Amino acid sequence: MSGAVIVGVGDTPVGRLAGQSAMMLQAAAARAALRDAGLLPADVDGVLAGTVRTEPRLMPSLALAEYLGIRPRFCTTDVMGGASSCQMVALAAMAVETGAAEMVLCVHGENRASGMSRDDAVAALAKIGHPELETPFGPTIPAYYALIAQRHMHERGTTRADLAAVAVTMREHAARHPGAYLRSPLTVEEVLASKPIAEPLHLFDCCPIADGAGAVVVTTAARAAQLGQSGVRLLGWGEAHGHEHMVAAQSLTESAAVQSGRRAYERAGLGPDDVDAAMLYDCFTIVVLLELEDLGLVARGDSGAFAARGGMRLGSDLPVNTHGGLLSHGQPGSAGGIFHLIEAVRQLRGTADGRQLDAARVILVHGNAGTMASHVTMLLGKADA
Amino acid sequence: MTPFEPGPDTAAWWQRLRAGELTVQHCCDCAAVQPYPRSGCAVCMSESLELRPASGKATVYSFTVVWRAPSADFAPDVPYVLALCELEEGPRLLTRLVGMPRAAVKVGMPVRLVRCEPVSNEVALPLFGA
Repeated sequence: MSGAVIVGVGDTPVGRLAGQSAMMLQAAAARAALRDAGLLPADVDGVLAGTVRTEPRLMPSLALAEYLGIRPRFCTTDVMGGASSCQMVALAAMAVETGAAEMVLCVHGENRASGMSRDDAVAALAKIGHPELETPFGPTIPAYYALIAQRHMHERGTTRADLAAVAVTMREHAARHPGAYLRSPLTVEEVLASKPIAEPLHLFDCCPIADGAGAVVVTTAARAAQLGQSGVRLLGWGEAHGHEHMVAAQSLTESAAVQSGRRAYERAGLGPDDVDAAMLYDCFTIVVLLELEDLGLVARGDSGAFAARGGMRLGSDLPVNTHGGLLSHGQPGSAGGIFHLIEAVRQLRGTADGRQLDAARVILVHGNAGTMASHVTMLLGKADA
Repeated sequence: MTPFEPGPDTAAWWQRLRAGELTVQHCCDCAAVQPYPRSGCAVCMSESLELRPASGKATVYSFTVVWRAPSADFAPDVPYVLALCELEEGPRLLTRLVGMPRAAVKVGMPVRLVRCEPVSNEVALPLFGA
């Protein structure tokens, strides 16, 4: 069990938000989270931020602190791609537990859609591969995930229709979220018929690049009580990091999420059966299936059928990404994971409006970075969970 | 496919490929095969490492047909087959499958090094096929 609690969340809408810099988006989300917690900049003594590609900065977290009017005693930039959102909350928890800081603001977001051309964004992302052993052959991020999908299909019998079902469920959920990017209805047939990007992945198997930002405030239970709220508890978390480059991955169908999940469950004294809903990093449809299996939420080989029969929908066995996930709520650079955390907090507080779960007490949040390379799993719970 | 300047830890490996030979780096002390060339053994930390000829035989661990190129440099190649090939010696290489129809590619099928495609004076990329 961890002593850290989340006392504030805030976000901007996600989509094409012209006329806003990455700093403005981050600051808007940060102010919303601080207002939500009942705090002013002077109350914050820790600032963590993710990286930004559209605005080069030497120390992004410190630039943000300065802009917000915060002079922190704990401040660093987290460079773990899509896992950064969860990792920042883990670092914040360690900071408040050790006394390195007491009130930590975690912010992730940028103007990836408006601040870069699509070609530039694709080219920049393609360079995350090994510069000698991978990039010269012409991979893209979708191509790396397509390699994972193809292997999963081979080993577990997963079909393109199974993958499409993930995209459809995400779209149904996003339709209930006023800040989501893609909210118009989507069918399995439309996903299957969308243009191929890197087979077996087609356009709607891939998350849309967007603008947007989110923020989370982490503190101790004692400080939360002073703020007049019980907060949402961080019941446990775990990390595991397998490889940086896909050529060095041990397996494409069993990721280090197995270990990050196990560590999170152990720390929380919980197991997969205790999880009422899951917010799973979903940069591509295949990632959700792999995470369901690796985190023990669905038996190995059953994830495709689980998705196809609607097991992840609101009101079903295990609601997944009730905000619509990266696939439909949107992906501002690597920052989309912050919205999984924010959605979990809103669900546990009972403020998720038209998509509120009935009785969620424990929600799992998972962040993934690189090519299923780096993993952080968190278990969040109601104050009395 | 694009040229690049090899690093000091991989230059010899690329030079051998430029001469048409695929090698794998072995540790001279513990015999561990390194996933890719590096300055010290990833198991015993020995700095005594050696490039030894590979058989050129591999199996397709996974593959994808790329339709959306990463940049204008690759756009003329589309669609192309990228594959993660597992060498007989253990390491996996990201490569292109060439000289075979896309529909014939299957996970698990045997492939072999078919040519080393020069992209600069220092570098030739190993390409696989049936």
